Amino acid sequence: MTDKYTLFVSHGFGKDLAKKLGLPQPAVLRRYKAGEPLVPGPVLLLGSGNGNAAGADELAAVLLGWGLDVRRNALPKEKLGAIILVLDDVEHPQDLAGPVLTAAQSLRDLVPCARVVTISRTSASAETPAVAAGRQGIDGLLRSLAKELRAGATANGILLGDGVGTTSPSTLGALRFFLSGRSAFVDGQFLTVTTGVGQLPTDADRPLAGKVAVVTGAARGIGAAIARTLYRDGARLVVVDIPAAGDHLAAVANEVHGTALQLDITAEHAGERIIAHAMERHGGLDIVIHNAGITRDKLLANMDESRWNSVIGVNIGSQLRINEALLASGRFSKAPRIVSVASTSGIAGNRGQTNYAASKGGVIGMVRATAPLLAENGGSINAVAPGFIETEMTARIPFATREVARRLNSLQQGGRPGDVAEAIAFLASDAAAGISGEVLRVCGQNLVGA
Amino acid sequence: MPAAAQPASAPQETSEGQGTLRKAVVVGGNRIPFARTGGAYTKSSNQDMLTAALDGLIARFGLQEERIGEVAAGAVLKHSRDFNLTREAVLGSALSPETPAYDLQQACATGLETVLGLANKIKLGQIDSAIAGGVDSASDAPIAVSEGLREILLDLNRAKSLPERLKVLSRLRPKDLAPDAPNTGEPRTGLSMGEHQALTTAQWKIGREAQDELAFNSHHNLAAAYERGFFDDLVTPYRGLSRDSNLRPDTSMEKLATLKPVFGKSLGAEATMTAGNSTPLTDGASTVLLGAEEWADARGLPKLAVVVDGEAAAVDFVHGKDGLLMAPAFAVPRLLARNGLSFEDFDFFEIHEAFAGTVLSTLAAWEDEEFGRTRLGLDGALGKIDRAKLNVNGSSLAAGHPFAATGGRIVASLAKMLQENGPVDGRPARGLISICAAGGQGVVAILEAYSAPEGR
Repeated sequence: MTDKYTLFVSHGFGKDLAKKLGLPQPAVLRRYKAGEPLVPGPVLLLGSGNGNAAGADELAAVLLGWGLDVRRNALPKEKLGAIILVLDDVEHPQDLAGPVLTAAQSLRDLVPCARVVTISRTSASAETPAVAAGRQGIDGLLRSLAKELRAGATANGILLGDGVGTTSPSTLGALRFFLSGRSAFVDGQFLTVTTGVGQLPTDADRPLAGKVAVVTGAARGIGAAIARTLYRDGARLVVVDIPAAGDHLAAVANEVHGTALQLDITAEHAGERIIAHAMERHGGLDIVIHNAGITRDKLLANMDESRWNSVIGVNIGSQLRINEALLASGRFSKAPRIVSVASTSGIAGNRGQTNYAASKGGVIGMVRATAPLLAENGGSINAVAPGFIETEMTARIPFATREVARRLNSLQQGGRPGDVAEAIAFLASDAAAGISGEVLRVCGQNLVGA
Repeated sequence: MPAAAQPASAPQETSEGQGTLRKAVVVGGNRIPFARTGGAYTKSSNQDMLTAALDGLIARFGLQEERIGEVAAGAVLKHSRDFNLTREAVLGSALSPETPAYDLQQACATGLETVLGLANKIKLGQIDSAIAGGVDSASDAPIAVSEGLREILLDLNRAKSLPERLKVLSRLRPKDLAPDAPNTGEPRTGLSMGEHQALTTAQWKIGREAQDELAFNSHHNLAAAYERGFFDDLVTPYRGLSRDSNLRPDTSMEKLATLKPVFGKSLGAEATMTAGNSTPLTDGASTVLLGAEEWADARGLPKLAVVVDGEAAAVDFVHGKDGLLMAPAFAVPRLLARNGLSFEDFDFFEIHEAFAGTVLSTLAAWEDEEFGRTRLGLDGALGKIDRAKLNVNGSSLAAGHPFAATGGRIVASLAKMLQENGPVDGRPARGLISICAAGGQGVVAILEAYSAPEGR
């Protein structure tokens, strides 16, 4: 649901009023629908113009193959659906001026919910200070541009590791994700492609066809949305939640034509139970989404042992134990994908959530350290950190606090559970195989924190 | 999903050319927690609860849009509008709308009888899969208009002119307006089920303490089963309830001893039957998924147990020859004889606890030399069961007893117990189910843990 304020200021009297009073004017975001074009207009593709434009040229050829209307030069007054800045060959901060200032002239021609995407190399892999300066400059540039864009437009970046090109599978996978409506609430973020592995789907609308996926905490909220999105993308589902949530879980299972597994994920053999269920009923296990999580908020001064331990136990302890079981089982070895739900609280901190933030920070640490363990089987593990998402949980926040929280990002609105689910579905796909150990924020570029 | 036109796979032919029976396998079950009448499910109809139990089963086993061979269920307390209760519940569920269904009613044996009937169809090769079930609501019970008012209303409908109608209406008397509520009384004796059992309890000289002990064990066994997660894949919460609301994990012999007798107070003997050792009126629904082995294998579904055999019996309680709820005392020996089994061959006994006195009277009859000789035609007593094998995960005294739903509860739980238990002395674990029913009836059955045939 788009919130009432956003609807009010989107047209007619409300739109005029908001403009006159200088009130925030959140846009109704463009979200993925099967059959709709990937980008709502022509795509302007700009290279850095320093003589080595191979990366940009190769990419342009691929985008033409996707049926996009690719322009290498903007036409006067023509509306654009996206601008892609291919900056993989930047060697000095001064290399940025050309493409960036060219793009600047087209920013006013962007259609609502347009996309700006940069493709550049990681500064960590730079060999000279000048190269590192050029590459890291893109970080500051992009995050600032994302804050300047209006009308639901977003700016995100793709960082290429050593040996990764502009047309490597996961570069293209990430680019498609950022251009599409799947990334509606992802703004001002970078995704690093570390390896050239991965495979683009044969059917872009069913990238998870044939995969068996487990979603924990699937009875309601973000977990239910994840199940629905993975189902839409072609996966066969095992939905897991505690026995007491079994009625909601059954409804989700029946909606996504999956099987319901009533299970406390903190139980000793939860991992083994999940593997056995997936193997027996679905003949395999390809994707595990660690979504189950709880909050037991208290200021640290008032924190008790049960609040602290239950949050740590459910939110990270269970994930560690289940992952160990998965890795030890030998049944989770063909290009396995794990995606964990972290939280912006685990990155930037949140008053009253020391326990929750510790658990979610833990998820991020776990994801980074698990990535190398999965790499040998072509597997990957990533985290998604939701910001303010409109759920039953956030609906209980007092009105004024909620209203402030939901506007404090570049898109001036809360995200939907489905927005988080889209990011997870992308990271769970083989197109994202070259991305591992990453944390992707789905927060509309929250203004607070990292 | 099988094509709509695909027939059930026929039983294998043997080399002699004679048809052999297939196995009917219990795949699993699902029920909603049972709620004391007037509690969590007060506003839920039979159809609501049966649909919820079905949907939980469908979710557990991934049966969405599946065309099941046949669904059979029933309710004891049934509204006239629920004439097609099971089919309506199927249509409201996530199953394929091309799944046929029928209603069955055999009082409290309804649930077990649906299992036996459908298992037989699977064994014969008529269907490959089935869902058996039962539901009852004593909260949402049908209330009928009085017989007098009903006749007047029907005549009014037939009357053609205004004067005729007025004439019919003039027959209306205040007493006709009193509604006709259902009760658990036996139509031929006017006695309630509790009063009937009180006669039997007294006849078999069953003491108060023995009855309280059975109730105590039922509560403690059921609570322990919930604690160890036994019901995690047997129960799906409903309307805020995730455990049976009648369950009292902290009950004690002392607490049970304080309860005042409610039945048998007019008998000469001391009254022993209390609200603690009798089941309360309960709302709830249960379902059991049955299938042929190949059907379960093709879907990667578990095969917990096989339905071996069943037997029904009835007694002449009207003339006082036997107690109202004593039919299982006769059904079990016949079933054992047909299968060449004795009590020693069983690892679990699931005897429905309509009243603690029912279970104990039945056990007493089986242990009685005289009863064995004169009524069962045996050389002596039928035998004594090992009480450590009786209702080990609790039964109706703790869970409650929504009449038609009890059979499904017991079959699904027993199937899981048998599978968990593993083989006994090289043979599959075996369980006996015994359910008494109104009208002097009883249905009993044998379940065996599923074991794969040699070489598989």
